[in-house]
Amino acid sequence: MVVDIYNRILGESDVNQMHKKSYYGSLFLGLLLFLGFLVFFVSTLGVADISFIDSVKIIVGRIPGINHWFSFDFDSPTHITIIWNIRLPRIFLSLLIGIGLSVVGVTFQGMFKNPMADPHVLGVSSGAALGAVIAMIGNIKGTFLGQSMVGIMAFLGALGTTWVVYYIAKTGHKIPTVTLLLAGVALSFLLSSLISLIIIFRRNQMEQILFWTMGSVAAASWRQVLFLTPFVLGGSIIIFAFSRELNGMLLGEESAKSLGIDVEKTKKILLIISSIVVAATVSVSGIIGFVGLIIPHAVRMMIGPDHRVLLPFSALVGGAFMIFCDTLARILVPPMEIPVGAITALFGSPYFLYLLYKSKKQVLL
Amino acid sequence: MMKYPLRIQDLHWSFSEQRILDGVNLSIQKGKFYSIIGPNGSGKTTLLKNIGSILSPVKNTIFLEEQDITSLSRRKIAQKIASVPQNTEVDFSFTAFDIVLMGRTPYLGRFQGESKEDQKIAEEAMKMTHTWHFRSKKINELSGGERQRVIMARAIAQKTSLLLLDEPISHLDLQHQIEVMKMVKKLNQQQEVTVIAVLHDLNLAAEYSDIIILLHEGSILAMDHPKNVLTKERIKEAYGLEVYIMKNPMTQRPHIIPIT
Repeated sequence: MVVDIYNRILGESDVNQMHKKSYYGSLFLGLLLFLGFLVFFVSTLGVADISFIDSVKIIVGRIPGINHWFSFDFDSPTHITIIWNIRLPRIFLSLLIGIGLSVVGVTFQGMFKNPMADPHVLGVSSGAALGAVIAMIGNIKGTFLGQSMVGIMAFLGALGTTWVVYYIAKTGHKIPTVTLLLAGVALSFLLSSLISLIIIFRRNQMEQILFWTMGSVAAASWRQVLFLTPFVLGGSIIIFAFSRELNGMLLGEESAKSLGIDVEKTKKILLIISSIVVAATVSVSGIIGFVGLIIPHAVRMMIGPDHRVLLPFSALVGGAFMIFCDTLARILVPPMEIPVGAITALFGSPYFLYLLYKSKKQVLL
Repeated sequence: MMKYPLRIQDLHWSFSEQRILDGVNLSIQKGKFYSIIGPNGSGKTTLLKNIGSILSPVKNTIFLEEQDITSLSRRKIAQKIASVPQNTEVDFSFTAFDIVLMGRTPYLGRFQGESKEDQKIAEEAMKMTHTWHFRSKKINELSGGERQRVIMARAIAQKTSLLLLDEPISHLDLQHQIEVMKMVKKLNQQQEVTVIAVLHDLNLAAEYSDIIILLHEGSILAMDHPKNVLTKERIKEAYGLEVYIMKNPMTQRPHIIPIT
């Protein structure tokens, strides 16, 4: 079915093209299956020794609708807690973060026609960090929508920053991309230096702040998954609906306009949606770099720049990559946790360099 | 009153303080080949970008099939006007065929894929521009001339009645210059596509166009058949250059030789 939907979106075509499309369809399906398997597999990994079969039983036995059909006698509540309440939320949260960051990375790179653009380029991360730091030093307690105040403040900080950047860059009805990027970079530096200042005066909270900015999903819960799901999935679907516009914008704004694309409107919508998605991911995990920069590049190198294909594939690959990295983060040196942001770069960079090396002869994007 | 495919009425345009276009009036006739010439800074590209709505034109200055262009959606405009920009470089590795297929964008819904018909149109456009044999090649691996022809094919695949070209041949070698001009002329004659091209080369403009529009300091100095526009006096006035004008013995069109 997925293949069918894909073919419909990509259009019918002559044999050559048809071949390409059913190939993408199968590949997508394969990736989806792999991702499903990955979720089960990594849920068995960890300090507590739980077998694959047990893990499958626990997960399947908890899925509403399906659990009527099977009844598993399972009497290790600790295992159930570990799988269902600790590992699975983490895995799904990683998946969502990977999807969100990759999709926004693709969008920004396409929209700005700039290979260095990543989800944090418009100052989102430093805005989020400042929000989080204020919540930490102000010791603001309480929850909202199942989110801690640190998360909520990070969310607001991220959105506020993008909003300011947007209004600095806005000229009449237009948002010149270069101004937007520069404003983002400048504001980022300003906010980062504010954070440094705060850290100097609050040395006792330095570790907490530093750890937050390195990014982690160690405290994942189902409520966070529930909070993030509509942002990431909704945002990704809306962005996907603009695939054709993004393709046109890769040819340059003038060409996009002459192809009938309302460039300014598209930019505005994509900017708003992307900022919300990034703000939501940052608010649950802190700043996770690299994924949103490298996954889009890696996937583009493998399957080409057409956003109708690039967006869904980046989403899946980004999700899988985050699950992989977070699993390493929690099992490499137990019981210590490595910040997942460090892992993403540590394992992602060599692979990316390898891709770069391999395609050195070709043009890279 | 005659219905013009495109009419421009008292068009003024300024970039910040600098006045670029100063009251341009123009009625474009269907199926003709127009060239816009004029020295650098005379407003050629600005005029073309206003027509193509790349710059946002002022209300009630440009009329597309007698409708104010500012009242039309971008999509509607793109179904009537195709343009080939000055800079056709693409950094991303789309295949040539993908690029041409993008010419169908103004006809496709948000989740609608390209149909067989769209593919056929793209194929025809590529065959016409002699680009079909490298359809699977990446656009960023093509030579400048090849890329220009692919972008031209994209504009043709847009199936519009108006084609705008901004210095389409300035980056090409002589052989490709002639090839592209011939292609445009063919399109103009066989499919009645109205062409408006900004050209630097006065002699090529003289050879290929039905009507030459000579711009000077933001307004039209002359607009007529090449032999009436390209006179010693006009060129002296617009370009400040002494020239000798002879007749091309094969086409009887004017041929300009600068006096050095």
